[in-house]
Amino acid sequence: MHPAFSVIFLTTLIGAGQGLFLALYTGQLYSAFNVLPIQDSHTFYGIGSLIAFLFLCAGLFASFFHLGHPERAWRSAAMWRTSWLSREVIVLPAFIATTMIYGIVHYFDLNPVLFTLGGAFPVDLSLLIGAVNTALAFLLFICTGMIYACIKFLQEWASPLTVINFILLGTASGFTLAALFSAVANSGLVGFYAGWAIIITTLAFVSRAASLLRNRQIKYKSSLATAIGIRHSSIQQKSRGFMAGSFNTREYFHGASQWFMKSIKWVFLVLVFAIPLALLSIGLNQVSLTLLVLAFVAQYTGLIAERWFFFAQANHPQNLYYQTI
Amino acid sequence: MKQLALVIDLNVCVGCHACVTSCKEWNTSGSAGFMSDYNPYEKDPTGTFFNRVQTFEVGEFPNTQTVHFPKSCLHCEDPPCVPVCPTGASYKRPEDGIVLVDYDKCIGCKYCSWACPYGARELDESQKVMKKCTLCVDRIYDEALPESERKPACVLACPTSARLFGDVNDPESSVSVNIRENGGYQLMPEWGTKPANHYLPRRQTSITIHKDELTRVDNPLKKERQLPMPGKDEQTLDDITSW
Repeated sequence: MHPAFSVIFLTTLIGAGQGLFLALYTGQLYSAFNVLPIQDSHTFYGIGSLIAFLFLCAGLFASFFHLGHPERAWRSAAMWRTSWLSREVIVLPAFIATTMIYGIVHYFDLNPVLFTLGGAFPVDLSLLIGAVNTALAFLLFICTGMIYACIKFLQEWASPLTVINFILLGTASGFTLAALFSAVANSGLVGFYAGWAIIITTLAFVSRAASLLRNRQIKYKSSLATAIGIRHSSIQQKSRGFMAGSFNTREYFHGASQWFMKSIKWVFLVLVFAIPLALLSIGLNQVSLTLLVLAFVAQYTGLIAERWFFFAQANHPQNLYYQTI
Repeated sequence: MKQLALVIDLNVCVGCHACVTSCKEWNTSGSAGFMSDYNPYEKDPTGTFFNRVQTFEVGEFPNTQTVHFPKSCLHCEDPPCVPVCPTGASYKRPEDGIVLVDYDKCIGCKYCSWACPYGARELDESQKVMKKCTLCVDRIYDEALPESERKPACVLACPTSARLFGDVNDPESSVSVNIRENGGYQLMPEWGTKPANHYLPRRQTSITIHKDELTRVDNPLKKERQLPMPGKDEQTLDDITSW
């Protein structure tokens, strides 16, 4: 497939936004159980949610560049019964709105205790909104992943690993961002977030490596023989029917060299996993803003490369019909 | 349930591209809007087409067969492009099984084209909506046309009648009979899309002759050859002489 930067930015930006929200809420849950010191609603959760909100809005903004008719985008909520894309279109604004409400509730201190669980555990409004939003965050990851995983003949994508990768990679970048944010906010949670970022980045490495290994030994179900229905082991295309390009030659071929495909894979493996893991490990012991900035920038840049590779690696069966001019 | 479709006879197709040009001509003049072209007379011309003829070579030299292969939307009975459409712009008509795009609803997200294993859909660069073969839905029901012309433009244009049009779910239709009796098949059956369009395979007519069949056992000349040569003044009528 030909990677579209609008979709690359959409999926990486909202992934980081979702991850950052999950990180903030994880911190709040730990505080609610008195495991971590309680953070300032105003500067920590309020501003943190604003950053997540900005990432999500930037992603949503990028997605419009993918559309031929962005002014009709509202129509795409219609077919949620059958289309994962339609489901994403519904869940994404819902998640953005709830993230905003979560931030507002914290920032303006509109956070009454609603009820007490078991007589000892007070549940306030933000905890409840956060729980709902956590569900939305995971739903959004599933929708985004399933858009790709549900196309069964794009065999590189048609695997549960696709959804797992979207969840883990997005959450990893969000937790790295949370570590950076808590260093900026001087909250004392840098170690907590950096620790979780290391764990999730490691998990993401395992599942992404698993999908790379899986895709290395894919046996394609379609061949020229099934594409034109002639049972013969030796079929060659002599003409695709036209000389210059068409939508079919532009949309489904990435056009990059073998060398580039190979090297971008190592580039993203180093940028998404190796460098952030090293920098975060150092960051666990000594809080250094530069290191954390570098960790997040490296991981996010790496994710752009990872997503580019994800799209480029998918081999569409229609390419069988467009082998020769 | 009715399912209109094309049956393409690869045994007859000569690869002349008449179906390609007639399709483009009819549909670019249609009420649904033109099929845009960019740089048509310059370097790298590109444009929207619903139908293409491709050429394949099967086998190794010298035992090769050239196969001309027309490809357009197959109007699948279980079209994977329809359920993925987020707006409902892509739909399959229940009354005749034609898969169509509502150009007023399409947002141009290209997701349906990703979900088509055959590459049958193209984004029109000018209108920014997804386009595909309509089976000339604006022709086949047009009562202003004489009945014999209520067929897709490609079918009418084919000089060798390699393209047949009809209801593949009606067992008595000519397309069904052809599929049944001439080994009609579907493309990429492995994805379960159940394409409505079928292809008829290359067929070679051959007979087996054994050596003893090369000379006729009951050759009448054999007997007649034994007759004596008639004299020069005798009658030479065929029925009484050997020549």
